[in-house]
Amino acid sequence: MRLELGKIFIKDVQFADTTKVEKGILYINKNEMINELSGNEHIKSIEIELAHPGEEVRITPVKDVIEPRVKVEGPGGIFPGVLSKVDTVGSGRTHALKNVAVVTAGKIVGFQEGIIDMTGPGADYTPFSKLHNVVVIAEPIDGLKQYDHEAAVRMIGFKAAAYLGKIAKDLTPDEVKVYETEPLLESVKKYPDLPKVGYVYMLQTQGLLHDTYVYGVDAKKIVPTLLYPTEIMDGAIISGNCVSACDKNPTYVHLNNGIIEDLYEKHGKEINFVGVIITNENVYLADKERSSNWTAKLCKYLGLDGVIVSQEGFGNPDTDLIMNCKKIENEGVKTVIVTDEYAGRDGASQSLADADPKADAVVTNGNANETIVLPPMKRIIGTTEYVDVIAGGFAGSLREDGSIEVEIQAITGATNETGFVTLSAKGF
Amino acid sequence: MSKKIVHYINQFFAGVGGEEKADIKPEVREGVIGPGMALNTALKGEAEIVATIICGDSYFNENLEEAKATILEMVKKYNPDLFIAGPAFNAGRYGVACGTIATAVKEELNIPAITGMYIENPGADMFKKSLYIIETGNSAAAMRTAVPAMAKLAIKMMKGEEIGSPAEDNYIPRGIRRNYFADERGSKRAVNMLMKKLKGEEYVTEYPMPDFDRVEPNPAVKDITKANIALVTSGGIVPKHNPDRIESSSASKYGKYDIANFADLTEADHETAHGGYDPVYANIDPDRVLPVDVLRDLEKEGAIGKLHRYFYTTVGNGTSVANSKAFAAEFAKELKADGVDAVILTST
Repeated sequence: MRLELGKIFIKDVQFADTTKVEKGILYINKNEMINELSGNEHIKSIEIELAHPGEEVRITPVKDVIEPRVKVEGPGGIFPGVLSKVDTVGSGRTHALKNVAVVTAGKIVGFQEGIIDMTGPGADYTPFSKLHNVVVIAEPIDGLKQYDHEAAVRMIGFKAAAYLGKIAKDLTPDEVKVYETEPLLESVKKYPDLPKVGYVYMLQTQGLLHDTYVYGVDAKKIVPTLLYPTEIMDGAIISGNCVSACDKNPTYVHLNNGIIEDLYEKHGKEINFVGVIITNENVYLADKERSSNWTAKLCKYLGLDGVIVSQEGFGNPDTDLIMNCKKIENEGVKTVIVTDEYAGRDGASQSLADADPKADAVVTNGNANETIVLPPMKRIIGTTEYVDVIAGGFAGSLREDGSIEVEIQAITGATNETGFVTLSAKGF
Repeated sequence: MSKKIVHYINQFFAGVGGEEKADIKPEVREGVIGPGMALNTALKGEAEIVATIICGDSYFNENLEEAKATILEMVKKYNPDLFIAGPAFNAGRYGVACGTIATAVKEELNIPAITGMYIENPGADMFKKSLYIIETGNSAAAMRTAVPAMAKLAIKMMKGEEIGSPAEDNYIPRGIRRNYFADERGSKRAVNMLMKKLKGEEYVTEYPMPDFDRVEPNPAVKDITKANIALVTSGGIVPKHNPDRIESSSASKYGKYDIANFADLTEADHETAHGGYDPVYANIDPDRVLPVDVLRDLEKEGAIGKLHRYFYTTVGNGTSVANSKAFAAEFAKELKADGVDAVILTST
């Protein structure tokens, strides 16, 4: 499967009469965009605001972050099984608006939505402070149940990204990158001497607003299966997560997964990157055992020499991570796991809820319990009303002057476990 | 003016004698003795050992409180900028003494303190979280490498410079995790680590797995109908009003309570001290967490030998592994001495 990803680099985003891209500037007709997103019976009102890198702006509570993309050639459309038909995506050509994202915000759904600061110390911890953010604030009708609320805001986010993405269809990309993965037997024939490497992509599926969808299927209900890496670049996997902001995978991260990108960098040269095994993180022991048995089985079946396993979330899924690692290693496949830590605010406690000597190659994306003081910002997009109750906040997090003391757990993307950021932790 | 250091060593390193002199009481001498000479040289005039305290290892460990108090008084007199104990290498009692006294100086006199040990010295595990312990070889032959490392860390601490990682400053990792921004993003680091692992090259994990203390279950009790069974809980069941004030979270103690006169725990006589779960149901019927009623039934039916007279209890909520271990080590001895054959451990 071969995908050309055309990138259009956006330098600025402004409201205007017509939605278009000109000389690297994205212009948005706000009313037209709001009309496009309206009509959901569960949503009372929609507002759109812009936030630029370096501005004194705080966005919260953040639900999802999504990069605008559009399918230009090849089967299917972006977000198959959700916005588009369920055609198998990942081949042909796709265009992406780079340096820009749709951010969904508005009244809280769960307790675990996040903060994006566009400047100051908090901005260093979120990868999304470097983007021009088109923030969609969707307010629910009164008395709406959490599940319906989450689903409504999730869909509005994808529609917003698709609305902006479709402008990119006729644009000439500034850069085109080609990603190609051959069918297994062909790739083995083509690269007989290269080690076969896979990526085990754990998807958060604990339920109660901790869900991920694959071609529109709730990933709780899948058994581990295989995807071409390029399918994910076309939105085959989307986030339905309201879990801790720091280590959830927003849809933006699925689309731009760093492990996939960095494995492709070495593909055909030092390794043969044969594909992605997706698996879930369910709460029942039988599900955990079945899924980890299957990931190990698939690794062996594909004849892999090595895999990288990434986690999403923490605590309960630590057991899935360790089960995957242990069982894959037991099949003789060399494993690196990517996680984050909950070592307490003083960093003195055990970081994971499970451990195994086989997990001898770990990449950590930092201790989520470390606290930070976020200074007051001139403009708040959304509301800081919920800062005390989101995961990582505590009674008194929001101070009278508008500054916020929280664990970095509350910052969107801070300890992302696909290694999307540079934060890490060391033992002292 | 150079800074002042007080040095602590045992009878052996002071040249007083070996095991036969291990019972000598603490004494203080002006200036340097034994390993202090090499330390003084390594401090390169930045600081000077003004006094050396000598104490026998047996005396210290057998008269802990007294020895500690005496030595603290001695240290106080010199008002040093830093306190150095050891290095103790792999000498177990010496290591524990160094760790104990250095921790006391640091915590009670507020004077920075360091020591040095071999990683397998029991004192290392006991004190690595509270102290910087320079990692040394396992015998005095390693003095040559231990001394410069201790002097370097001592100077850094006295100058108030930032302490580096365990690898940079040669101390035993304290298990404290601290964040930093790496040069490359995590995904890149993961791919590079995998490349090394695939090639069989050396790589460094970013999070060494902790040693999980997994306890293998004991073999089944041979004859349960004769067994003396005790109840132990981390669910916080205590006599009404929590007489020993066991904390609702991060417990620093456990309780031992007599249930000889109870066939059933009720709201009137027991409650939970635990702050980490909904206490309503445990308070209405404490047997739900500590099943005294059912065990009394089994006792009557002859299904078990008897229910032990005392139960042991603490609060598991946020309580550190170190505290939990220390509690159990202590009361497990009592349970054994009391002829208990089996324990039912309940949690929440």
